[in-house]
Amino acid sequence: MTVTEKPALTVDGVVVKYGRVTVLDDVTFQAGRGVLMGVVGPNGAGKSTLFDVIAGLLPVSSGRIEALGMSNDGPASIAYVPQREKVNWRFPVTVLDVVTLGRAGRPRWIGRSGSGDRELARLCLERVDMWRHRSDLLTELSGGQRQRVFVARALAQEADLLLLDEAFSGVDVGAQEGLVGVLRTLRDEGRTVLMATHDLTNLAERFDQVLCINSHVCACGPPTVAFTPEVLEELYGAHGVDFTGDGVGHRGHPD
Amino acid sequence: MASTSRVTGSDIVDTLTSLLLDPFQYSFMVRALVVSILVGLTCPVIGSFIVTRGLAFMGDALAHAVMPGLVVGFLLGFSPLLGAAPAGIAVALLIGLISRRTGIGEDTSIGILFAGMFAFGLLLLAKAGGLTIDVEDVLLGQVLGVTQTDVLVTAGLAALVIACLYVFHRPLVFTSFDPVGARVVGIPTGLMDYVLLALIALVIVLSVQAVGVVLVMAMLVTPAATAYLLVRRFVAMMWVGAALGMSAAVVGLYLSYHLDLPSGPAMALVATAFFALAALAKQRRPA
Repeated sequence: MTVTEKPALTVDGVVVKYGRVTVLDDVTFQAGRGVLMGVVGPNGAGKSTLFDVIAGLLPVSSGRIEALGMSNDGPASIAYVPQREKVNWRFPVTVLDVVTLGRAGRPRWIGRSGSGDRELARLCLERVDMWRHRSDLLTELSGGQRQRVFVARALAQEADLLLLDEAFSGVDVGAQEGLVGVLRTLRDEGRTVLMATHDLTNLAERFDQVLCINSHVCACGPPTVAFTPEVLEELYGAHGVDFTGDGVGHRGHPD
Repeated sequence: MASTSRVTGSDIVDTLTSLLLDPFQYSFMVRALVVSILVGLTCPVIGSFIVTRGLAFMGDALAHAVMPGLVVGFLLGFSPLLGAAPAGIAVALLIGLISRRTGIGEDTSIGILFAGMFAFGLLLLAKAGGLTIDVEDVLLGQVLGVTQTDVLVTAGLAALVIACLYVFHRPLVFTSFDPVGARVVGIPTGLMDYVLLALIALVIVLSVQAVGVVLVMAMLVTPAATAYLLVRRFVAMMWVGAALGMSAAVVGLYLSYHLDLPSGPAMALVATAFFALAALAKQRRPA
């Protein structure tokens, strides 16, 4: 949040085109160290594409992205919690397997996990309060528990920057609060967390900053400042304030 | 039993021993046993990936597509496996390439190559007159006919596949479970997919002599699927699948010898019976 140091993430004039379709149009924003940022916009607004280019999965057509680590100005280690549709739920992995996989990139992508990796996985699972579920299959867990496991994997990756794509989908409201609680502790350590969501419930309480995108940046800043009725209308159309999304209703009135 | 009161325990042991050991006074049966065990071991290990990633159609297509390679191997007089191995890998890579380049769905690309290569193989077989190969053996397998060279090539291919699976275990698992997360930590997931396809192709190639082009699916998918019902973790699935696969192959081989059955169908049916038992014993709840 402090403006004196270099931001953890700088996205500068980023354009992404698929063929003739412009998915991201001149997206510019910054996120500081130790910030929990909600990335908000309707389906198809380019939230996932934005995460893909930040994570280096997609090339930008033009523009610049710089992600810095939290303890130095070197490149950040980035962890990505994918949308649930992109995970193969048929694959039989246990909670501990998933978190240990977070060590797969280190030091080389080839090779097997060592005892040090498993010890770190234990610490990460204890932090998200999932160690007692370590032998459960991922498919046996609730939506909220699954997300905690993926957050533990991000910790095992020693990530400075966490990207969570639609992390609330399939997670009931109580568990959403628990997940936000975990993410706050990561933020307090200086990590930067970006979470994409089209669920506007309790945005103001949950996030330090919100980035509103609909192909371009509609607004970026603290929720109370960024989230004006005008921005909501730009995001969700003239009737969007009351009727879009999951039927939660009465959104767009952040405290 | 009542009238044969003189049947003793040692008689039963003798009968069992001769049932189990008599076949192996023939060297062709020893060769068949070695190949069957290797097939039973490697198929479920790679099959665990096929089952959990939904690649069964891909596997079936690869099996049919190695036909021309097998026939060319026979024609040139060396082990058919040496012809089929490059054919299988080439087809595996082509499927990936076609679906990426043309935007045609992967299942359609598989269908096109599957039928095309299989047809080519059948034509080669028909035109290669004077050859001592039987279409039925190629399609259904005849493990009793393997040569010393075939055994060595099979063992070499099996060792190569197991070694690759050991070295690439973690990236293959990560790519299979969460391809996006895997790419973010720096795993070349596209390369891993090609490695997996190439390994599947190699396992198919080393299996076709025992179980044939049509029935290789029974060894690739069925023991691994049975293991999926019985155990929880992926690695356990590989081990249990391998145990089931080797059992099915060896039991199938005995049935083939004693009842004069073709080896491929015998092995496939034993594997299917194992699956039926496991499915009856345990109903896995849907994920």
